[in-house]
This record gives sequence, structure tokens and C-alpha cells, in this order.
Amino acid sequence: MTSRITAPPLSEVALLVPEALVVAAALAILMIDLWLRPQQRNVLILVGLAGVLLAGAVLAVQRDGIAFNGLYVRDALARAAQVLALAVAALGILIAPEYLRRAGQERGEYYALVLIAGAGAMLMAGSRDLLMLFLALETLSIPLYVLAASGRGRPRSQEAGMKYFLLGAFASAFFLYGVALLYGVAGTTRLPEIGRILAGGAGAPAGAPTAAAAGVGLLVIGLGFKAAVVPFHTWAPDVYEGAPIPAAAFMSVIAKIGAFAALLRVFPLTLAALADQWTLTLGVLSALTMLVGNLAALAQTNYKRMLAYSSIAHTGYLLIGVTIGTQAAVSAVITYLAVYAAMTTGAFAVGVALERGGGEADQIEDYTGLAARAPLLAVATAVFMVSLAGLPPTAGFVAKLNIFLAAVEAGGRGGLALALIGVLTSVVSVYYYLRVAYLMWTGAGPVLVHLHASPLLNAALLATAVAIVLSGVLPGAVTAFAQQVGALLGGP
Amino acid sequence: MLTILIFLPLAGALAVAFLPREREATIRWMGFGASLATLVAAAGIFMAFDPRSAGFQFVERVPWVPSLGIGYSVGIDGIALPLVCLTAVIFPLALLGSWEAITDRVKAFTVSMLGLETAVLGTFLSLDLILFYVFWEAVLLPMAFLIGVWGSANRRYAAIKFFLYTMSASVLMLVAIIVLHVIGVGRLGERTFDLQRLATLALPPATQMRLFAAFALAFAVKVPIWPLHTWLPDAHTEAPTAGSVILAAVLLKLGTFGFVRFGPTLFPQALAASAPVLAGLAIIGILYGGAVSWAQRDLKRLVAFSSVSHLGFVMLGIASLTVQGFQGGLVQMVNHGISTGALFLIVGLLYDRTHTREIADFGGVAARMPRFAVIFTIVLLSSAALPGTNGFVGEILILLGAYRASTWWAALGAGGVILSAVYLLWAYQRVMHGPLTAKEPDRLIEMTPRELAVLVPLVVLIFVIGLYPKPLLDRSEAAVTAALSKISKPAASVLSSGGQPHRGERQ
Repeated sequence: MTSRITAPPLSEVALLVPEALVVAAALAILMIDLWLRPQQRNVLILVGLAGVLLAGAVLAVQRDGIAFNGLYVRDALARAAQVLALAVAALGILIAPEYLRRAGQERGEYYALVLIAGAGAMLMAGSRDLLMLFLALETLSIPLYVLAASGRGRPRSQEAGMKYFLLGAFASAFFLYGVALLYGVAGTTRLPEIGRILAGGAGAPAGAPTAAAAGVGLLVIGLGFKAAVVPFHTWAPDVYEGAPIPAAAFMSVIAKIGAFAALLRVFPLTLAALADQWTLTLGVLSALTMLVGNLAALAQTNYKRMLAYSSIAHTGYLLIGVTIGTQAAVSAVITYLAVYAAMTTGAFAVGVALERGGGEADQIEDYTGLAARAPLLAVATAVFMVSLAGLPPTAGFVAKLNIFLAAVEAGGRGGLALALIGVLTSVVSVYYYLRVAYLMWTGAGPVLVHLHASPLLNAALLATAVAIVLSGVLPGAVTAFAQQVGALLGGP
Repeated sequence: MLTILIFLPLAGALAVAFLPREREATIRWMGFGASLATLVAAAGIFMAFDPRSAGFQFVERVPWVPSLGIGYSVGIDGIALPLVCLTAVIFPLALLGSWEAITDRVKAFTVSMLGLETAVLGTFLSLDLILFYVFWEAVLLPMAFLIGVWGSANRRYAAIKFFLYTMSASVLMLVAIIVLHVIGVGRLGERTFDLQRLATLALPPATQMRLFAAFALAFAVKVPIWPLHTWLPDAHTEAPTAGSVILAAVLLKLGTFGFVRFGPTLFPQALAASAPVLAGLAIIGILYGGAVSWAQRDLKRLVAFSSVSHLGFVMLGIASLTVQGFQGGLVQMVNHGISTGALFLIVGLLYDRTHTREIADFGGVAARMPRFAVIFTIVLLSSAALPGTNGFVGEILILLGAYRASTWWAALGAGGVILSAVYLLWAYQRVMHGPLTAKEPDRLIEMTPRELAVLVPLVVLIFVIGLYPKPLLDRSEAAVTAALSKISKPAASVLSSGGQPHRGERQ
């Protein structure tokens, strides 16, 4: 399968139409914004949503394929992650306007950055080449650095953006170095070929195993940073706390979609033959991530920080699936990503509706007595919390069940150990999630917290909450969708 | 039919959820109505139930998550039937009993109660392990909510303790369920969580032991078996009356039910092997619960610890692995639900009037509330297992079963019967007789018609089961015999021959 250098035929270019549509919408927003009066800004939202919807429609009708000399692939994994990325981008647009209006930051750039980051995640999911993966990773990351810093009036937001950028650049360098080492060993950056060469070992230069192992390890660091895997997680709480709430909601989800699509592509799908080299590492990281995320979340008093540690904890559960790497496990990761996207976006989005003294009401105490003031908002929050805790009958339970099932089924003793750590840390997580739910139904609300509702925000909350309950009660559709991805691994 | 039964309360809860919260009377009536409708449905199933069949009846199977082999499978047998009926009886009474005690957040309260009823019924009726687990965990949330929102001073601590304690144990059961499923994939060649399919696995004893340990831990915490009972007094003391009633009458049964349902079917050898341990813990529970009850100064804590003792009896019956013991355990589960439920209602009734539960604050109440005194006496005697009441039927069957297994078990268990008479009667004497010592005696008004309506049905049930337990025993016998036949114990096989002669023979 040597790569021929020819101009890509039109059919291959067509594969990129969904991403192109998203980027086009972003550029259109930037352009149109110049001519709009402030009260016409709703047009931008429409343009953004239209771009996402159109991209989704194209994605739905397009066939699978490989393009640009094998740089890009559209298969079940790419498709699933791209659909998710589009949905998350749409949610990211829906939850923002109310907040931006309040903060006086109603500008088109916000939506454009959301869309470009979404396109970055989509490209990551479709990358079949390490360099392509790196470019996609940066396309995803750079808009996120800007979004973190977009609360221009607040020093915390500036700090968050700076921190995220410096550490992110550092992690990107690790990733790039890993790519270089693997290229040195395999002589190519195409993933399938790297997989074949490393597995066969034929014709590899002396010292190749060490260099390959180092390269793979550096890739783990680079992607682990994006996904907030312990011990590369330390940026997450500070960045989420500092970033504007809608930006935190978006980045906590979109970065994971991109990172896990890439992790799945690199480990179970490409390096399956070297499984004994990375399984232990990823397993240990997964256990650490579950433990640190959940235990640290216990101590938080800030809602956003708590959700940051919660997202770290969920990274740990997702990583179980990558570690196990079987067909069922890959499907389970996709299911988990979808569920995680809905519940985490929802949980953050609730925070958009709360305001204290012109700023964010981001203390957990601010949720006290919410049920009496806004019953529906409280019910939605409760749904998110119950689902994040992985309790039935919500989607969070289905997601965890799938992961643990895959781990026990294929993982032997190690898999059983991961599943046990998983269920026990889930019990820990119940404490901090349900504390929020409990506060909402007791006591009187703090007077200083004001509630803001907007139709778009409500639509996003309703959509995510209903999706969580429905796929918790009738999980068949979600798991069937995810199983197509697992089928990529072949076998029965 | 069973689906309707399970989801009727939930439908009621949804209907209530859409009512404006100011219309408290409507909300209360709708909640009560939904639970009454459930009772009617349960009664219909009780009448239509075929007592001769040992298998599951009214079975409904729908694939739920086909790719994982999870099914929505429900069915009822002689083991689940008494408990389903108990649940259906207790919930309307608990709702009626909290008519005036709960004035805050009535809507959320009613929704929680009805949601809880659906979860409990679902747990009893599930034939699929994942479905069972879903309902099992779904029970925790509304219950913790009931304790945490409407409880007394230390409610938050109690709710969290209840939740985390029981959940820690039950997640291990989830892992065991998954392991069982994975073994099933290998042996049966199909993905299934179906109880009856997995029961055909015939696992090696070592595997059985390990998986049974995980299941047993989840159930033991729920029962609770000594020494895993420490969440119970806190939860009971802090819970509102309705919460305590449900917790004692229904929720604790989930644990003992779990042993009866899953022990003989999935882990027969492990259950047989661990029976002496279970019996030992049960006897410790009986005596310890009794002794600690004796020492309580808070009436509600006394009733709570008496639950530990009474459920020790149930466990003793189960651990005896005899038909009498199992049946006695089942009857005693129902009895404990009725008697202890009634006792909590009685404590709640006194608390509503005096706002205290300290035994020392009472005295001479009988003179002020004669009707109340009569009911209290009957409930108390039933709890102390006086012949003619339901408690006697259950405990005598358990002791007979225990005697067949070991003379010592029966002897020690019988000591618990005496102990329970002592602490109950002594508490009664201090509260009801003697000089009137209440600070505000005028508050001790006689029972209202509503309160009578709550307690009289329970009193009637005490006598019905006490004097004519045949309908209950008939319906559970076939299922119990069939369940025990999987355990290679000679005692069980000898008894499974006749219709129901063993009761007469033994007495």
C-alpha cells in the first residue's frame, strides 16, 4: 500500500465537505458580524446552527472513504465522533448568547471559535496520519485557548487562557516529538503502516523497540493532556474555573471527543499488535485518573471546579475502554462519549442561568433552594447529576455498564480490577454530585443569586436532559449506533 | 399486567409532577389514589395467582437492550407475591399517615413516595439481573431524599450514610452480575442477564462462593445483618414517619428477598456452605438487636433496633434451608412489615402530638387515648409473636425450620422471642401506664378517624394472618419447595413430597 502522489480526485475532496461547511460558517460569521448592528446578532447564531445542521446532513448521506493519499479517513469511528462534535458545537452555540449578552461580550468571534474548534475535533477523528492528527489537534486547541481567555474583563479568565496555552503548547511539543520518534522507526507517519511495521518488526533499525516505545509514550502524554488524564490534568480545574461558563462547558466536551477519537484510532485500531506494551500503562493511568478525579472533586466548593474534577474522573472511565481495546470496549467508549457530552454540557449550562453580582454564581452553595425558585431547572440539574453519578435509570448508568462489561469480559484480572475501581469510585462520586441535588431541595436560596432564562438555553437544557433520560430508559439506539464503531476492529 | 402494577405509581407521580404545587390537597389525593389503584391491581394478581405452580406467572419478556442481552423481564412467583402485596398495602397507608405530618414540599414528597413504590415493586418482580439492579439502585434515590429533606435534625448525615453505605455494597453486586453474564456468554453461548437462563449455569463452587459473597454483601447491608446494621438506626431516627414505615416495612425486605430469590437459584452450593455463618450472624443480630432495643431511651430507635432483631429471625429461617424456615422467613417478612410499619406509625402519631420520642417524656398515655392503647397493645403483641397474631405464625415456622437444621439455632432464636417480649412490654408500660407525665397533656388527644383508617387495616391483617395464614402459605409453598430443591440438603427433598402436610405433622 504505497502512497501515490497524485492530485486528489474530487470524490476525495468531497469527503471533507462537512468540515468545510463548519469552517465556512465560522468565516461567514466573522464577515457578517462586521456589518451587523448589535441587536441583530441573533443572525450569527442562525448562521452557526445552519452550518452545523448542513454539515450533519452531508455527513449523514456521505459514504465512508479514504482521502488525500491516506491522510484522512471517514469510517464508523470518524463518523460517530464527528456527529458528536457537531452536536456539541450546536450546544456550545445555544448556551452562549444569554451569557455573552450579560457579560457584554456579544461578538461573532465566540461562535466562530466554537465552530473552528468543532472542525478541529472532526478532523482529529478522521486523521489517519500522525502529522494530520497534530494539525487537527492544534486546530482544536488554539480556539479553545482563546475561548478560555474570552472573559476579557476578568483576570481569572486571562489567567486560565494563559495557563491553558502554555501547558497546551508544551503538551503539543511532546506529541510532536513522539511523532518524530515513530517516524524515525517506521519511516512513515501513516497510522496503518506504522501499525504494520511495528507489529512485524521486519526491517526496523536497531534500537527500534525502545524508540517506538518512547514515541508511543510521548503520544500518550500529548493526547492525555487534551483529555485531562492524571497526571497531565492539573490545568483542568484552573482553566474551567477561570473560563466563562459556556466556554468551559464546550471545551470540557469537545476536547475529550477529539482526544478519545484519536486515542481509539492510535491504540486499539493501529497499535493493537503492541497491546502488551501500552495496556498496563493506560490501565494504571486510568485507575489513577478515576481515583484522583473523584477524590479531589469531593473537596470542591466551586461548582465549575467540581465539574472539572468530575470531567477528569470521567476521563478515567473512558480510558478503561481504550485500555481494554476490544470491539465491545471501543463501542462502549463511543457510547460513553455521547452520554458524557450530553450530561456535562447540561451540567455546565445550568450554571449559565445563574448570576451573582453581575458575575457567575459558580459556588455550589449558590444552588441552595433552586427547586423552589425554578423547579424545571432544578429537575434538569438533578437529571445531570444523577446521570454523572452513573445511577440508573439514566444514560450515565448505561454508559458505565457498557464500559465495565467490556472490561470484565476481555480484561482478565486487570479488567476486573479496573471495573472494581470504577464502581467504587462511582460511589464516591455520588456524594459530590448528589450534594448539589440535595442543596437544591433544601433551604432558601441566597438572595444575591439571580436567575436568567433564555429560550435557546432552555432548548439546550431540555434537549440534553430528555436525551439522558430517554437513552437511560431505552438505551438500544445509542448502543446500536456505537456498535458500528466497534465493528471496525473486525472479528465476531 | 405486572407492568401496569409496577408503573402505576410512577404514572401517578408524573401526573402529580404536572400539578401546580399550591394545590396540596389535590396532590395528596392523587398520590393516595395512585397507590390505592396499585393496591387494587396487586389484589387482583393475588386472587388470580395459581398457588400450585412453582414457576413464574404473569411473565412478560421484551428485549430491552438486545445487543447486550438485557431484557425487560418481569414475573411473579410465590416468593415475590407476599412482598408485592405487602408493598401495595403499606404505601397507601404511609401516604395517608403523613397527611398532616408533611406540610412542606408536599408535591416533591408525593412524587418521591410514588417513585419509590415503583422502584420497590420493580425490584421484587424483575427476572433480569440488570433490570433488577436498575430498580434496586432506583430505590436508593427517593429514599435518601425522603430522609434528607423531610427528616429531623441530623437528616443530612443520615441520608448520606444510608446512600453511600448501601450503594458501596450494591456496586460490588453489579460487578458480580457482569461476571456472571460473562461466564454465561462463555458457557451458554448467548448474551443474557436472564435469571432463569443464568440459573442453568451450575457454576463451580469456588466461583459460586466469590459471586455469592458480592451478592450477599449487598443484601446483608440492606437487611441489615449484624454487623452491617449501623446505618439503620440513624436512617430510621432521622427519617420522617412515612420514610421509616417504608424503610422498615418494605426496603429491608429487599435484602432478605435477595437472599431467597438469588441464593438458591444462582448459588445453591455457596448458600448451603455459608448457611452456618449466616445463621450465626442472624442469631447475633436477634440477640444483639433485642439487647440494644432494651437499652434505648428513644422510642423510635427502640423500634429501629427491634427491626435488626426481627430481621435476624428472617435470616435464621432462610439460613435453615428448610421449607418451614423459608416459608416462615417469608411470612415473617410480611409480618415485620405490618407490625413494625404499624409501630413506626404509632411512634409518629405520638410524635405529632408531643414532638418528643423520649420514652421518659411519656407515661399514662393509655388513660388519655384508650382506643390508641388498644391498637398499640395489639401491634405490640404481634411484634412479640403472641399466638393468634401474625408474628406467631412466622416465628414458629422459623424456629421449626431452625430446629430441623440445628437444635442450638432454635434454642438461641427462641431466646430472642423472650427478649423481644421483654423490651416491647417494658417500653409499653413506661409509655402507656403510670402517672401522666407529659408536659402538655392536652395534646394527647384521641386518634382521629384518619389515623384510625391508617392503623385499623394493619390490625386486621395482624389477625387475618395470625388466625388464617393458609392463603399466604399456600401461595408461597410451591415456589419455596422448588427453590430449595436446588440445594442438595436432605431435609428439603423429604418435605417436597406432599401438598402441605408438613405443617400439620410438625405441630
